[in-house]
Amino acid sequence: MGRIGVFVCWCGSNIAATVDVKAVAETLGREPGVVYAADYQYMCSEAGQNLLVQAIGQYKLTGVVICSCSPRMHEATFRKAAARAGLNPYLVEIANIREQCSWIHKDRQVATEKAIILGRAAIAKVQLNAPLTAGQSPVTKRALVIGGGIAGIQTALDIAEAGFPVDIVEKEPTIGGKMAQIDKTFPTLDCAACILTPKMVDAAQNENIDILAYAQVEKVEGFVGNFTVTIRHKARYVDPAKCTGCGLCTEKCPQKRVPNAFNLGLDNRRAIYIPFAQAVPKIATIDPAYCTKLNTGKCGVCAKVCTAGAIDYQQTDRLEQRQYGAIVAATGFQPISLEKFGEYAYQQSPDVVTSLEFERLMNAAGPTGGTLLRPSDGKHPHTLVFVQCVGSRCQGDGRGKTYCSKICCMYTAKHAMLCREKYPDTEVYVFYIDVRTPGKNFDEFYRRAVEEYGVHYIKGQVGKVVPQNGVLKVQASDLLENRQLHIDADMVILATAMEPDPTARALATQLTASMDTNDFFTEAHPKLRPVESPTAGVFLSGACQGPKDIPDTVAQAGAAAAKVIGLLVKDHLTCNPCVAKPDELMCNGCSACAQVCPYGAITYVDKDFRGPNRTTLRRRVAQVNPAVCQGCGACTVTCPSGAMDLLGFSNRQILAEVDAICK
Amino acid sequence: MQADVKTRAIQLLEEGQVDRVLGWKAGEFFYDLTPAVFTSPQQVEREFVWSSFSGPNLSKYLIAETRKPGKIAAFLKPCDTYSFQQLRKEHRLQADRVYVVAVQCPGMCDPDKVQAAAPGPISLRKEGDGFLVQTLYGEKRLTRQAALEEGCLTCKTKKMAYFDELIGQDGQDGDGSRFDQVHRLEAMTPEERFAFWQGELSRCIRCNACRNVCPACSCEKCVFDNPASGVENKAAANRFEENLFHIIRAFHVAGRCTDCGECSRVCPQHIPLHLLNRKLIEDMNRLYGPYQAGGDLEAKAPLTDFRYDDPEPDGGGRRGGAQ
Amino acid sequence: MQVNFTPTIVAFCCNWCSYAGADLSGTNRLQYPANVKIIRIPCSCRLNPMFILRAFQRGADGVILCGCHPGDCHYTTGNYYARRRMTLLFSLLDYLGIERERTRVEWISAAEGAKFAATMAEFTETIRALGENRRLEDLRCKQM
Repeated sequence: MGRIGVFVCWCGSNIAATVDVKAVAETLGREPGVVYAADYQYMCSEAGQNLLVQAIGQYKLTGVVICSCSPRMHEATFRKAAARAGLNPYLVEIANIREQCSWIHKDRQVATEKAIILGRAAIAKVQLNAPLTAGQSPVTKRALVIGGGIAGIQTALDIAEAGFPVDIVEKEPTIGGKMAQIDKTFPTLDCAACILTPKMVDAAQNENIDILAYAQVEKVEGFVGNFTVTIRHKARYVDPAKCTGCGLCTEKCPQKRVPNAFNLGLDNRRAIYIPFAQAVPKIATIDPAYCTKLNTGKCGVCAKVCTAGAIDYQQTDRLEQRQYGAIVAATGFQPISLEKFGEYAYQQSPDVVTSLEFERLMNAAGPTGGTLLRPSDGKHPHTLVFVQCVGSRCQGDGRGKTYCSKICCMYTAKHAMLCREKYPDTEVYVFYIDVRTPGKNFDEFYRRAVEEYGVHYIKGQVGKVVPQNGVLKVQASDLLENRQLHIDADMVILATAMEPDPTARALATQLTASMDTNDFFTEAHPKLRPVESPTAGVFLSGACQGPKDIPDTVAQAGAAAAKVIGLLVKDHLTCNPCVAKPDELMCNGCSACAQVCPYGAITYVDKDFRGPNRTTLRRRVAQVNPAVCQGCGACTVTCPSGAMDLLGFSNRQILAEVDAICK
Repeated sequence: MQADVKTRAIQLLEEGQVDRVLGWKAGEFFYDLTPAVFTSPQQVEREFVWSSFSGPNLSKYLIAETRKPGKIAAFLKPCDTYSFQQLRKEHRLQADRVYVVAVQCPGMCDPDKVQAAAPGPISLRKEGDGFLVQTLYGEKRLTRQAALEEGCLTCKTKKMAYFDELIGQDGQDGDGSRFDQVHRLEAMTPEERFAFWQGELSRCIRCNACRNVCPACSCEKCVFDNPASGVENKAAANRFEENLFHIIRAFHVAGRCTDCGECSRVCPQHIPLHLLNRKLIEDMNRLYGPYQAGGDLEAKAPLTDFRYDDPEPDGGGRRGGAQ
Repeated sequence: MQVNFTPTIVAFCCNWCSYAGADLSGTNRLQYPANVKIIRIPCSCRLNPMFILRAFQRGADGVILCGCHPGDCHYTTGNYYARRRMTLLFSLLDYLGIERERTRVEWISAAEGAKFAATMAEFTETIRALGENRRLEDLRCKQM
């Protein structure tokens, strides 16, 4: 039996007016194990804390119960005071007799009786408290950003500016992401490349940033502050150290019929290519699916023309391990597949395009050199129909997404406006469910499209698009006028919903970060921790967390960087000591606990134990990494043998409280 | 079939394919078979028995047996193969040290029922759909209903979950009639149900036979023997454990219980313990989709899984908030 | 039936939401019956069914678990596991003939002080109407 001290706080009159604090102290003082009981006006005051410190020394207390306000208020205060007196801070328990007693009861006798029971429960628990020490783990001062779009670039730049080294892993041969494909940005209509490419150059030139383009995360091990990541450098068949990016090979390569992924297949490129002029790093890459040399062994033109001797057909994928303290997911988005939306005739007619394809058709560096031409015949289109919410806000038909993709209203307004500005002879129709314009200068922008540029906004949905004799017969409904419309369009542009990049799911599994049903990364708290993943040390940047426009993405990227910097400036992390702890002698190694752990904190090892008759028995047992465990306790209930217990909230402690209350 | 099974056991040992064989041997009477490990063909010849009383599920013995060096052949009935797979899923045995010979099962007899219906039995053999029992007092014919184990009358499945070798034909899943008794209980009033369970569980003498035989109760140390669990006391000083032992046990094996029925089979007080497990299985199937413990090694057990729209615990079937 | 029956009710509250919700109902001076006693747990998924059974065994008349609303768990998924466990436990208790009304789960956020107080008041009334818990205490002691 320990030596427990009980301190009953008056909280001025907050407690003392309803609870007979003297009686509580007196009664609890007679509880077994209690060697000292006192009441005081304000336990949280300096004098009150001194009373606690003195009593711990004088009565050699091994546990302390404070009957006061909610532990959410002053638990930390009293723990610190106990630590000052040399008592382990986790030997302090709080009985909440203010919020849960004096403030909600009027009858003095009832409140006093309840306060005594709450005090007893705390005494019963503290008898079983064990001294806990918060562990420490070192922090590797290097960050990994996965994804080199505007989100990843911004996060990396901000982390690098703060003085920490950071690597960007990008699966494409160049960083830049979706923003590099965009023509102009809303609501200012400045050119995307003009604001993005300087940032790409900044990233390339920053000595704290290492760009690992054409690479992928293969495996993630470790935990916050101590991640070990295996990175796969995909074979480019070009030595990046030698390639000067002159581009001669990309002009001479005889394989001309490779769909140009950067232009979304609207034109062709060669088998050896540099995605676009401002690519970073500006290194040629051989597409192994199309290269004649790699597939048949004949050709080798690129090697012949390369004066730097950079071509290396023997190159293979290379795996590399690197250490990081923090990881940022910035995997971004992609437009959904339109397979299931046959009514828009996307598969039938090249003149039906997605909005991202339309960006390329409007872009000066795009397949048409910036002149808007119909993909089918290269003629100037006169009537353009924009369809919004293609695959967004779909209700349970399994074809599209239930969420709003957020950016489509604005970019469609932008496209419509740009069309009318460049080609005043065009007629532009926009079909919408609602126009959503929450954002700075967004509504003004949309109104300009309608009022100044004469874009026809029609509330209604397009039912069918039929390609017929070189025109697209658009059948639609106008809900406000309540009539059917038939428009002969030259082009139809679909505001296609965005979905998370398909690589995100596998990455989330590697990171043990959770995802929602749409495969967007889940944030640690939807309001208060929006850029952190629930997995410690993993942060979220950009559209991988949910649909976002560029300003929101950049803001979140900066916020994620700030969180990373906040982590990396620390030399050590202090762990929460109230973590799960398995008793190896009782553990079955059944893996049930690891299945419910949201943090991947539980692993298994084979250990030798003493078996019967002096034998050694090798058994599989669970191990909890205290730096990763957050102490939720899900594993403790799943464990069939009760081998897993939670420090600070152990089975026996909680049962002791139950017993004290039900007595 | 007896000959097939026994011959195979001898062959496996003679050919050196395995070092030991796990099977059944006769006890004092022909109907009290016990699990046994055989190490020589001669021993098998002498003692091995496969009969209508080979009820004991041998899977759990493999935890200890696979900790020994060498390979062991285990004769498993369809329901036993699920226990084997579940133990494998929980990493409780080393499957590479086991050679599973699955034996199709016609349904096992309950020695107590046979003795009650045909006092003084000397031998029993299958005859038509029932059994012919030779007793001290003459011959007696028993129906299936009068002779079979409760669990076998409502057979879960005759389909093997796993085998290296199969004797007999692989079968089909049962018709779901195993839940009939659960449904009958559910249809009662709470008072009637309480009276039923009070009557049943009051007979418990805490012999721990159910726990010892249960393949899901394979913990290194049971929670009831674990001082840190807070429920470890055995004596009457703490009635909690004794009274609620069966509820906690049922809950601990929920999602892991394969419904092999061993708990009820071995209970000396004839408490229908399997009805607790079946209730949980039925609930889990109904609420979270069909799941057979030991069926699919990759499938997540209902209690270590969730859906955003799981029903709320209020019992009204209200679907939960969709994230 | 007893006169002036004062039920004992144990409320297990998640530290991050319902415990804070209870604090809020205190801060707002919203009254609820004094026979409700709160035990703080880090997450609703920490609630072992054993704790509930033990409470009944030791004489509790009602047990309620309060956790974060589905989707709001501080540990992201804890309450989903708790929801399944409690659903099955309550169904099993019902099957044993123990009044279903004695056990309950409520999702109460840190902002729902009023809901906390109202829930506790209502739950206490339910239990008061049910009367003293005898069944789980006396399961093994068959009355002759």
